[in-house]
Amino acid sequence: MSLDNPMVRFDNVQKSYDGKTLVVKNLDVDIAQGEFLTMLGPSGSGKTTSLMMLAGFEPATHGEIYLNGKPINNVPPNKRGIGMVFQNYALFPHMTVAENLAFPLKVRNVSPSEIDKKVQRILELVELPEFGQRRPAQLSGGQQQRVAVARALVFEPELVLMDEPLGALDKQLREQMQYEIKHIHENLGVTVVYVTHDQSEALTMSDRIAVFEDGVIQQLSSPNDLYEKPDNSFVAQFIGENNRLSGSITGIDGKVCHVTLDSGDQVTAEKVVDGDVGTRTTLSIRPERIELDPEPGTVPVNIPGKIEELIYLGDHIRVRMSVAGTSEFIVKVRNSSGRRDLEVGQSTTVGWDPEDCRALDEITT
Amino acid sequence: MQSATATPNDEVLTSADGTPLQVALARATRKAKWRAFWLVAPLLLFIIITFAIPIAQMLYRSVHNTAFSENMPAVGEYLRNNDITDVPGEAAFAALVSDLITARENKTIGSVATRMNYEFPGARSQFTGSARKAKRLEPPFKEALIAIDKDWNSKHLWNVMKRASNPIGGSFYLAAVDMRYDENGNAVRVDAKKRIYVPLFVRTLWLSALISTLCFILAFPVAHLLATLPLRYSNLLMIFVLLPFWTSLLVRTTAWIALLQGQGVLNDVLVGVNILDDENRVQLMYNQAGTIIAMTHILLPFMILPLYSVMKSIPPTYVRAARSLGASSWTAFWKVYFPQTIPGIGAGVLLVFILSIGFYITPALVGGSSGQLISNEIARHMLQSLNWSLAAALGGILLFIIIVLYWLFDKLIGVDNMKLG
Ligand SMILES: Nc1ncnc2c1ncn2[C@@H]1O[C@H](COP(=O)(O)OP(=O)(O)OP(=O)(O)O)[C@@H](O)[C@H]1O
Ligand SMILES: [Mg+2]
Repeated sequence: MSLDNPMVRFDNVQKSYDGKTLVVKNLDVDIAQGEFLTMLGPSGSGKTTSLMMLAGFEPATHGEIYLNGKPINNVPPNKRGIGMVFQNYALFPHMTVAENLAFPLKVRNVSPSEIDKKVQRILELVELPEFGQRRPAQLSGGQQQRVAVARALVFEPELVLMDEPLGALDKQLREQMQYEIKHIHENLGVTVVYVTHDQSEALTMSDRIAVFEDGVIQQLSSPNDLYEKPDNSFVAQFIGENNRLSGSITGIDGKVCHVTLDSGDQVTAEKVVDGDVGTRTTLSIRPERIELDPEPGTVPVNIPGKIEELIYLGDHIRVRMSVAGTSEFIVKVRNSSGRRDLEVGQSTTVGWDPEDCRALDEITT
Repeated sequence: MQSATATPNDEVLTSADGTPLQVALARATRKAKWRAFWLVAPLLLFIIITFAIPIAQMLYRSVHNTAFSENMPAVGEYLRNNDITDVPGEAAFAALVSDLITARENKTIGSVATRMNYEFPGARSQFTGSARKAKRLEPPFKEALIAIDKDWNSKHLWNVMKRASNPIGGSFYLAAVDMRYDENGNAVRVDAKKRIYVPLFVRTLWLSALISTLCFILAFPVAHLLATLPLRYSNLLMIFVLLPFWTSLLVRTTAWIALLQGQGVLNDVLVGVNILDDENRVQLMYNQAGTIIAMTHILLPFMILPLYSVMKSIPPTYVRAARSLGASSWTAFWKVYFPQTIPGIGAGVLLVFILSIGFYITPALVGGSSGQLISNEIARHMLQSLNWSLAAALGGILLFIIIVLYWLFDKLIGVDNMKLG
């Protein structure tokens, strides 16, 4: 997977619908051949708009989009050869499933016998071989979804766009379909640009995730990096669970900085935010990286806290604590035999490795 | 297949007190059904009185005419009991004379004469004239009557009287399709020159089809615009569509007259800018063109509204999906968008077609003679010639045509597929 020859390149693309506000601001993304890239972000952050610009349904207000090195701003959508799966599937209601699947082949003047073969093959791929003669309305949501995916793939595009394709399905079906889409992606080697606002969906399926907020990509990296090494507070908060502590930097020691929390506690953290001593910062620590009542000396950071609530979840226990002035400090404790003695109201300490605690930009609320 | 209520060994399910479940269910729903019935009863009554009964009456009148059988009882009696192979003998003529005398005294001879004249031209003066002299006639009546009018010696006339002696008959339907009985009682078509109604039916159907097509061509883009424009523009446009709806039909038709007549606005402008000479003004009113233009305008909303409501329900993602799958904008429109508008097209076309088949006031005002439709002829028979039975027969045929069309439409598109708005 190389980015020297990206399949899709957004080059400083901007989009405004009303001429007043930018819905997409300075979008610069390279998408490699065969990659599964997910656009993740809250509602209204410009994901669909970016996808529509790539598909050719919305013109870019500024900047250029390249497909296989060629600018496509003036290429109409039907000439782009991009498959697309819509959120509500957009299966043509007056055609049978087979006719729906044959549609992109027919407009490409594929011979009828070839069409039959390809339709049957793609129906088998999505595990609906018997459903060709049904109407879309006679299918369940999950089946419709598969047909929509099949239709976007049947003309063998190199690039497939999916705009929240699983949004209408229930949780269990969603998970199954996530797996199946991923499977198809791997088997066919197509490039997929996927839009969702479900972070667990993004984490399980993607090679890379672009986190959108307010028309800007906040971070573009692998699921692993996104979770472990968020670049800013928005990403840290948006992906996974996250404890936040505010304070000021009081000393910098290479990549590590010393922070005095607003409560007065002294901690060390990995320095991500720009700025010198005195900069305000918000620390971000994942609940599962916190040690409850560590042996003194085993971890560099160790501050006092009080247990407020215990939630038993089988394999682990969620402990809500008051730490450094916040009472929403969550610690996940593995349910091992030594942990039965936790009690509400108990005073104890929490500690972490500075590597797991990131000093990010301050959240002003 | 086993029904859901039957148990495996086919026992009847019972409710707690032992009554069979179906009976209990029927009892429980009966009350609700009665209530629903009483709620719709006023409307039902209204429809029966103002709609069902008049239609039934009209249909009955088209095959039932007592003008002869009631007012000429004696000769009627004779005719019902005897076959007419030739002009009958003295007995029939004696009965005829006594009937003519009473009919004249009762002042019903006029309607008898009119009734006869429908099928035997010249019968009116023959009947009234003979009735005037009937009282002074001496036997033998046969010779005496024939001396007054030799048509009394026509077997054809006696055949006509024989048929009229039975109040039930299809002769008005025959007349309504330009046919008549010849001397021997066979149904034949009238002379080509005298055919009125069939050409008029054909013209009515053809103009209705033309007007529906014009409405469709004009309405489709407008409806599409209405369905896709942002709300504030589409609301404004919708008002323009509905505005004619809120204006009286008569006013709209008169407005077209003012615009399009020979001395009207359009011609004045064309003459004023020297496109036309003053002598060559185009005649757009008081002919077929007038009927077509005015009716297309009046019926346009009936096409736009069903189309609009269907188009409004087609999300734009379908066309987008088609485009992304490689279809040109024309293919996307023709293969994906257009087929989904068919329920609206069907509803609109059916509505406009059926309305224009029965349209009366506009063709009457602007149609001249070439733009008259069948309903104008029906009205003429109702109001002027007072041949209500023929009017009813024409109406019955119109009703039949509409029912056939509706059935055809149901076969082709499916009525439950239709969206009226
Ligand atoms: N056709 C349009 N005309 C005007 N504004 C639009 C249009 N489509 C989207 N917007 C605006 O652009 C912004 C981004 O919309 P977009 O649909 O790209 O969001 P999204 O990230 O896909 O959100 P969601 O997760 O809810 O689908 C929103 O503020 C929206 O109101
Ligand atoms: Mg969206």
